[in-house]
Amino acid sequence: MPKKTYRQAINEAIASEMRRDHRVIVMGEDNAGGAGAPGEKDAWGGVLGVTKGLQPEFGPERVLDTPISESAFIGAAAGAAATGLRPVAELMFVDFMGVCFDQIFNQAAKFRYMFGGKAVTPLVIRTMYGAGLRAASQHSQCLYPLFTHIPGLKVVLPSSPYEAKGLMIQAIRDDDPVIFFEHKALYDETGDVPDESYTIPFGEANITRDGGDLTIVAFGRMVGLANQAADELKREGIAATVIDPRTTSPLDTESILDSVRETGRLVVVDEAHPRCSMAADVARLVAEEAFKHLKAPIKTVTAPHTPVPFSPALEDLYIPNLARILEAARAAARG
Amino acid sequence: MQHSRQFLLDSYRSMATIRQFEDRVHDEFSTGKIPGFVHLYAGEEASAVGVCAHLDSRDAIGSTHRGHGHCIAKGCDPVGMMKEIYGRRDGLCGGKGGSMHIADLSKGMLGANGIVGGGSPLVCGAALTAKYLKTGGVAIAFVGDGGSNQGTTLESYNLAKVWNLPVVFVVEDNGYAESTSSSWSVGGSQLGRAAGFGMPGVEADGFDFFSVYEAAREPIERARSGGGPSLMHVKLTRFYGHFEGDAMTYRAAGEIAKFREEKDSLKIFRSRVTSAGLIDGAELDAIDAQVGKLIDESVASSEAAAMPALPDLTTDVYLRYA
Repeated sequence: MPKKTYRQAINEAIASEMRRDHRVIVMGEDNAGGAGAPGEKDAWGGVLGVTKGLQPEFGPERVLDTPISESAFIGAAAGAAATGLRPVAELMFVDFMGVCFDQIFNQAAKFRYMFGGKAVTPLVIRTMYGAGLRAASQHSQCLYPLFTHIPGLKVVLPSSPYEAKGLMIQAIRDDDPVIFFEHKALYDETGDVPDESYTIPFGEANITRDGGDLTIVAFGRMVGLANQAADELKREGIAATVIDPRTTSPLDTESILDSVRETGRLVVVDEAHPRCSMAADVARLVAEEAFKHLKAPIKTVTAPHTPVPFSPALEDLYIPNLARILEAARAAARG
Repeated sequence: MQHSRQFLLDSYRSMATIRQFEDRVHDEFSTGKIPGFVHLYAGEEASAVGVCAHLDSRDAIGSTHRGHGHCIAKGCDPVGMMKEIYGRRDGLCGGKGGSMHIADLSKGMLGANGIVGGGSPLVCGAALTAKYLKTGGVAIAFVGDGGSNQGTTLESYNLAKVWNLPVVFVVEDNGYAESTSSSWSVGGSQLGRAAGFGMPGVEADGFDFFSVYEAAREPIERARSGGGPSLMHVKLTRFYGHFEGDAMTYRAAGEIAKFREEKDSLKIFRSRVTSAGLIDGAELDAIDAQVGKLIDESVASSEAAAMPALPDLTTDVYLRYA
């Protein structure tokens, strides 16, 4: 199977859906790049190159560069979705939700309910998240818990190139608004990605490691770290299951509960802040639904309750790492 | 401009429907039968009807808090609307939206909006759809003077210009954003703002259907023929408060009575068409009576209609949710 990067996988998914359905359009700041400028066309293909090559193939009517006006163009994407197109709009960094969240959570997310089930809003908002690029407090946050909180939105966190392609195709074909979180530290990761189109359904977790001693639930980029931890734990004689829920909304609660009922021990690894997070949400789920199966206290591994720091020395301390996951896993296994 | 009799009668009927609908909502609200917040459009009828008289099924509109008039002008069913405002299960939005979110996408009505300034970006999206699919449609963003100060509105002016979208922004300036005067809260002028974004701008007398209708012609034709966005500044007043229950202590003594006496858009319309001998006053009286019957029926059927129940609470959030 061909090896591709996470970036290529997302690009390939969008391009294949644009070939399949003329209603799929792309918009965002510098998604082609160089609009009105004297130099090259398709100058950037997105600030980190994810949409490169789309405008040359599909033209400026389908790949629209935008002014830096997130409220206007994210709202326009919502309005276009409600009137017959299938926009894939890019909110460059999820941190920028602060200047356009109304159009997402008060408008697009609520159309269907407010309008009595008569609205269909097939909108995809792609957005970059996560720490590790020394991008500091306003370009590094996770924030997917905030979107997960909102009824009407679906929230997707692909953890690998294979997942990214299948989940993006599903997102574009889905008729509800989808927020698609791309971890910027994963863009250059490579993996097996088929050339042909395939979809990965939402709300169906991927079990990436199978073991009966311990359950590790990890989100997004944390799945890779959790897999490394499980491999290390195996050498220590601890067999861990790793669950990648793939989507935080809908959340595959049954896969999580089934595993915890078997292992009795749970570690949740979430790059977001600890309060009102997926770590808190999964811990609540298990405490409520599988308490009698627990053999040890639930452990969570998260970022601290601080903004993302700039200094590499501090950022490395901020992001959950392998050592902290192992420490939590060993404590859960012993407890 | 010559108008057919049918056009004049239809336009009057639409304005009369808005007026009687809103007057009746006002009355019923005061008796406690209508829950929540309602923001009434009475007094502003000429704007919605004068603009929407140019529109057809290809076209979309986005509205404001004060959305009932836009709904009726774009062809939404007043009975379904009344049921919605009463929170009934077979209301236009299943009782889940209410007055501030009343919408009918099948009529190109993209919704009233509970967020001031929330609609303009969505309208740009509807315009993008029309442009991309080459439907010939245009999209109208109704904006209040309050909404005209929101960043979303100003960003939408820019996006519509940059993307050359078939949009007309209709700023309905009723003089008050909630209790705050537009003469105090709007920096510069609405037409100056249009010019700043490179858009043609035009003013209209929002008390006069014919002024609005004629002013809207060129912007809508321009949008339809690929000439990009325009702005209309429509000056008018509202006969009721910002919301029902607003004591309107910020308005001058006798202000509304004077408007009702001198600037009532229905009276002005009647005077224009009857004095020109185009329509007989008795024909307008007959329309008033027919509309009154329709509004009576809408209230009666709303009061008799079933409320939504527990199974309805969690439906219509998603098309499918695993």
